[in-house]
Amino acid sequence: MPEVVLSAQNLVKHYPIKRGVLRRTVGHVKAVDGVSFDLHKGETLGIVGESGCGKSTLGRLLMRLEEPTAGSVTFEGQDWSGASARDTRRLRRDIQIVFQDPYTSLNPRMTVGDIIGEPFEIHADVVPKGGRRQRVQELLDLVGLNPEHINRYPHQFSGGQRQRIGIARGIALNPKVLICDEPVSALDVSVQAQVVNLMEKLQDELGLAYVFIAHDLSVVRHISDRVGVMYLGRMAELGEEDEVYARPTHPYTQALLSAVPVPDPTLRGKRDQIVLVGDVPSPANPPSGCRFHTRCWKAQDVCSTLEPELEPRADGHGEHLSACHFAEPRLVVETVDVTGIEPDDRFVSTDTDDLVDAGAGLGAEGGGEELDSGQAEDRARPPATEDTPQVSDPTRVVEDTRDNQG
Amino acid sequence: MSDAAIAETTSAAPTHEGGDTGPARSLASDAWRTMRRSPFFWISSALIAVFLLMAIWPSLFTSTDPTQAVLSDARVRPNSEAWFGRDIQGYDIYSRCIYGARASILVGLLSTVLTTLVGGTVGVFAGYAGGWTDTLLSRLGDIFFAIPLLLGAVIVLVTLPATDNYFLIVLKVVLALVVLGWPSMARLMRSSVIQVKPNDYVQAARALGASPWRVIRSHIVPNALAPMIVVATINLGAYISAEATLSYLGIGLQPPTVSWGVDISAAVVGMRTTPHMLFFPSLFLSLAVLAFIMLGDVVRDALDPKNR
Repeated sequence: MPEVVLSAQNLVKHYPIKRGVLRRTVGHVKAVDGVSFDLHKGETLGIVGESGCGKSTLGRLLMRLEEPTAGSVTFEGQDWSGASARDTRRLRRDIQIVFQDPYTSLNPRMTVGDIIGEPFEIHADVVPKGGRRQRVQELLDLVGLNPEHINRYPHQFSGGQRQRIGIARGIALNPKVLICDEPVSALDVSVQAQVVNLMEKLQDELGLAYVFIAHDLSVVRHISDRVGVMYLGRMAELGEEDEVYARPTHPYTQALLSAVPVPDPTLRGKRDQIVLVGDVPSPANPPSGCRFHTRCWKAQDVCSTLEPELEPRADGHGEHLSACHFAEPRLVVETVDVTGIEPDDRFVSTDTDDLVDAGAGLGAEGGGEELDSGQAEDRARPPATEDTPQVSDPTRVVEDTRDNQG
Repeated sequence: MSDAAIAETTSAAPTHEGGDTGPARSLASDAWRTMRRSPFFWISSALIAVFLLMAIWPSLFTSTDPTQAVLSDARVRPNSEAWFGRDIQGYDIYSRCIYGARASILVGLLSTVLTTLVGGTVGVFAGYAGGWTDTLLSRLGDIFFAIPLLLGAVIVLVTLPATDNYFLIVLKVVLALVVLGWPSMARLMRSSVIQVKPNDYVQAARALGASPWRVIRSHIVPNALAPMIVVATINLGAYISAEATLSYLGIGLQPPTVSWGVDISAAVVGMRTTPHMLFFPSLFLSLAVLAFIMLGDVVRDALDPKNR
């Protein structure tokens, strides 16, 4: 196992709830409540969970955009929480962030060259002044944008291109860790695949370690080496990608996975889908004991009193970290890991390069119709011809339509 | 997309936007390029240049003394002798319009610049720092905001020692307007800073290790400035007329000082019988205000890359 670069120990972030004229603190929103994990060199740790479970807060804590209430973040053995202003600045070079929304993460009044060049102005010793423009163009090239567009403004780019600009800014200082806070959630599915592939390419070339925060389980599976599942500010399950996806032991993970759409119509109605009852409890007043016990079908008395530790529990094959008293593996979705499989050449290429893309996402490969994300999951099926249904068998088309409606 | 179309877009790319590949460009240089192409920029600049010239060197435009009273010709309509006619004292209105530019432009420009600077700085500081600083500065602004303009100006102008020096009188009026005018600017700036601050690009700059000063200078201020520019240029006209009101009340600029405001208030009495006395100083005032508003608009649009 490679060395640990970033490590979180018992990270806690509570936001005070203030009420009344005197702004008295009447309670706390426990956004992140004791999360620990290690991130190894060059690996991708996916963090999944539903909205409001504390994923983004975790990312901001790791990035030191927010001060943790308790706990610490260590980078290569150095505690970041106690670092001086100067050390913090230096550490910021090694940990960078990519934001969710490409429309608000770039300053609309700066040219792309200024946006990507800003890291070099802040850390003036990284690249000498004369070489900065050159370096910015190299970065643009690296993320698959035309280096000649250095003088353009963000609004002249499409969402996917903007996200690449954000990534270029993130990797400008050659960080060791890149925290990606839902980097593809705001993008079209086709563009998501381009960006995810770009991130994988950069990881191979630069040896980056990613903390990949997302709520899309398929995207996380595609990119992650290890996956952590969060529920209400705590880690419910943490393990290698196939451990969590193929042998989930925590009921919440199982419920999440059962909601993943499976691109196989023959399985329709045959899967046992776990539908959770009730809403996510308020993080201001989380349930006692196991936080999931209010919605868990396995809950017993012990769950409401004793908080289960995140510790290795048997998953039928080996063991991995899970926080459930009654952890047991359950096969939820039959999935195929496609990471190693060569793409079918009948699909469009996964190449993220869009140098021919002269305008704003209108070029040959930046277009929206080419669904190259589909190729991952749809490999087992023959390529669908969506645009022009084969007229050779019109009855079937009619049947399909009816089926869809019913 | 056919091959021909692709070739077409690729070949069209280099000419797009007047040279994407040129040397590094900044917002300021891009704004200048945009402004140069705008006819409104040239019209407003020409008008402002003329008014500034009038303010600096009035004898360039007229050889008539604005304080030379020809009582026998009082209230005469525009004629070949006096182009804009004469007012109730028999002063030549054309010459008074020319000489009045100095006081009016000085009061208008100085008040606008100072309220913008003071109010803007306070607003940025309050909005960015938040918490106690914000509360303190906002309440301080509210105190000044609560004082009615005329009452406050009377207090300021009467408290200050009397003087005969032209520039000191102008400065006194400017001071009164700034003391009572900065809170509205501060409020405006504070609210737009608060709007800009949570944006991800500000967070990204912080994540890169940018100092608060850099964050404010290169991210917050450029994006929070637009409403301020618009309001400041509109206020410019309001300050010139406020100066007229103060003069009318006898606490602002006083005759024999010549200003548009003084002439407008003096001419109001004969609005129906001798409208030309009111019309010409008002025309000059309106043209000056229009020129500044137009310039403000052009600058604001040029600073917003999305409008290009």
